[in-house]
Amino acid sequence: MKILMLGWELPPYYSGGLGIVCYQLSRYLANKGADIEFIVPFEADYSYIDFMTVTAASSFKHETIAHILGSYDSYKFDDKFDVESEVVPENLSINDLQTIYARNVARLASVHEFDIIHAHDWLTFAAGILAKQKTGKPLIVHVHSTEYDRAGGHEGNQTVHDIEFHGLMMADQIIAVSEATKRTIVDFYRIDPAKIQVVHNRIDIDHQHVTETANVYTYLKYMRERDYKVVLSAGRITIQKGLTHLLRAFEKVVSRRPKTLLLIVGSGDQYNELIELAAELGISENVIFAGYQLGTGKSWRDGFKVADLFVMPSASEPFGLTPLESIAYGAPALISKQSGICEVLTNVLKVDFWDEDAMANQILAVVENEGLHASLHTNSYAEFLGLSWHDSADEVMKLYRLNGSREIMS
Amino acid sequence: MSKAVCFYLHVHQPFRVKPYTIFRAGNDHMYFNDQTPDTDTNNEFIIRKVAEKSYLPTNEILLELLQENPEFKLSLSLTGTVIEQFEMWAPDALESFKRLTETGHVEILAETYHHSLAFFYSRKEFEMQVQMHKQKIQEIFGQTPTAFRNTELAYNNDLAYWADKAGYKAIITEGWDPILGWRSPNYVYRPAYTDNIRLLMKNYKLSDDVAFRFSDQDWEGWPLTADKYVHWLNSTSDEEDVINLFMDYETFGEHQWDHSGIFDFLRHFPGEFLKHQGNEFLTVTEAAEKFAAKDFIDVPGIVTWADTERDLTAWTGNAMQHQAIKAIYDLQNDVIASEDLELIEDWRLLQTSDHFYYMCTKWFNDGDVHAYFSPYDSPYDGFTHFMNVVHDLKFRLSEKGFEDV
Repeated sequence: MKILMLGWELPPYYSGGLGIVCYQLSRYLANKGADIEFIVPFEADYSYIDFMTVTAASSFKHETIAHILGSYDSYKFDDKFDVESEVVPENLSINDLQTIYARNVARLASVHEFDIIHAHDWLTFAAGILAKQKTGKPLIVHVHSTEYDRAGGHEGNQTVHDIEFHGLMMADQIIAVSEATKRTIVDFYRIDPAKIQVVHNRIDIDHQHVTETANVYTYLKYMRERDYKVVLSAGRITIQKGLTHLLRAFEKVVSRRPKTLLLIVGSGDQYNELIELAAELGISENVIFAGYQLGTGKSWRDGFKVADLFVMPSASEPFGLTPLESIAYGAPALISKQSGICEVLTNVLKVDFWDEDAMANQILAVVENEGLHASLHTNSYAEFLGLSWHDSADEVMKLYRLNGSREIMS
Repeated sequence: MSKAVCFYLHVHQPFRVKPYTIFRAGNDHMYFNDQTPDTDTNNEFIIRKVAEKSYLPTNEILLELLQENPEFKLSLSLTGTVIEQFEMWAPDALESFKRLTETGHVEILAETYHHSLAFFYSRKEFEMQVQMHKQKIQEIFGQTPTAFRNTELAYNNDLAYWADKAGYKAIITEGWDPILGWRSPNYVYRPAYTDNIRLLMKNYKLSDDVAFRFSDQDWEGWPLTADKYVHWLNSTSDEEDVINLFMDYETFGEHQWDHSGIFDFLRHFPGEFLKHQGNEFLTVTEAAEKFAAKDFIDVPGIVTWADTERDLTAWTGNAMQHQAIKAIYDLQNDVIASEDLELIEDWRLLQTSDHFYYMCTKWFNDGDVHAYFSPYDSPYDGFTHFMNVVHDLKFRLSEKGFEDV
């Protein structure tokens, strides 16, 4: 079965979990017999990918347009398309790129052969719709995140919302990364639940990376040997991630147990605000900002390895891969009840993202209680080992077969 | 009609902290050694640049002036941190300062070695830094200072009281209107609660005409010639004793560039001023000794020579600055007890007020990036680098057995 896969990013050129999921899912689908042509919006070196064909939808080089790519920066999107700037990467906006992507995918779709269009998230939806209109092939849209999530539970950008709505309406099949995302799609986009199927994400961890010993966080490792505990948060620093609540909870933790450090890995539009908030709370000496670290790099993994507890306090998180990574590398997790991963993991601590007292209590419980830490770690790791892309990829393959045999009326 | 002018220049460069990530903490104990070519945290690069643009050409002019006009007098202050950088990277600049003092007409003021705000956080540490500075000045210039200037001219009654007890004959600060009220800055005053010491207050109007406005083409005084400026000085009230022209040394060639004509101005100003019968230059101590105190000055709060607010908010105004200063001074007892001289000196170099200035957000928030003089991209970066260095200090202390830091 031939799949026209529409995605915005693939590692190592990516800004978040979307790129990782697209890559790993595609690999498992290819193993199960899917013949995938994956269309990315820019040119980059993907020669390391041998299980599918990666095609660039434009001649823009990744490095020249990297600054506008962020699939999560939907708040920057407006509906203006500047045709004049089409050929000048310096003046290109994310809107322009999305339009160019859609146009070129449609052109490509009319020449290349395939059975199914599989589009990942809003930036590729317009392309998916055009491709479907041109070819009459079934469209599967895969929802990793909605505008409602990115805006931290608020309405967000209306233009982006509209793009999502069109994609969801035109789709023959919707894949949602969690039950929570399915509910969002039904409640906020008024889509028929019957055409939405939940397929949870998984994550593959390189075993070699788990067993590496040296750690780049020399200072944190050293302090841990001296009764300090390390709490970690890692990811984009933006309102969706609920980090202001974590900081306020952490103030309570520090007042009770001063020898606790919070390591914040990542960057984003709320970065300066968080640094300032930590100072206002008087806990700057306990909160360490490591800045942006590439998700495929050692300083990203080592954060999990040096941590006693990983916290993902997201206000809204369609899925949330990082707790799985954290567990794989040895740090048990405290996650918000507003995250999709909540549906998958049992042996983790769960808290409402806004409940700072409960969050502080749970953090303190783990850092003050070796037994709790150990059992959370052991049990969540056992759970992690039982979660495989195989099952999720099987479900997607099933949807391919189902939709591929369907007659499309267009 | 005779006039006295007290011309005082302040010379300073901090040891800027290199971009210091958390990954360096515990591994890299060198905070001030950025050697990346042409970057603003490369201290050698900066001192060489400023030496070429400002210190060397200005001192050449000042030396000529001192040699040609025996009545020309100058007061200077040089921080320990700038002297150290001269010693390492610009010995030619240091030599040129020495030649100035060898004329016998240059007074050097006392201050903290590390250009710190220690007076307001630790009296013990403050006194140590003043002592270190005094020794350095004696060693390099063979002078023992008799007048005191605090970092940023930050001043209050307590400081004057301290300086009086320490035996200084004079202390200087800003001639700020809310303090002076109806009074003029052009007199010598006595600080409240003191007996012997005298206070000289900066005439900020006439000082800033040179330091800030000199090259401003929208300013009605532009272009400012020595001639015009001396006319302004001579036009002050006949009864007044001394006009205090206090400014950053780097005004000449760095803040006001060569092509603004600042060097020509400097070359001609003293001669032009001395043309008038009875006009004279005095150093800070000379002025304090020559004139009787006109009144006493009461400053319960802190005044500085900075910004339109004349306060410390550029250094201590936001929460990040509070946290950074607290983090540094909280370490004092352990750092001193460690008896580790390198550690103690690094800790002192981190007290330099510039580090806290780089964390100031009051202009950054307005989007007025031009007002933000900093080697870092943002105050948040400046703060993060600084706090990571604090973590490394704690690491070093911990290795020395000081665990509960």
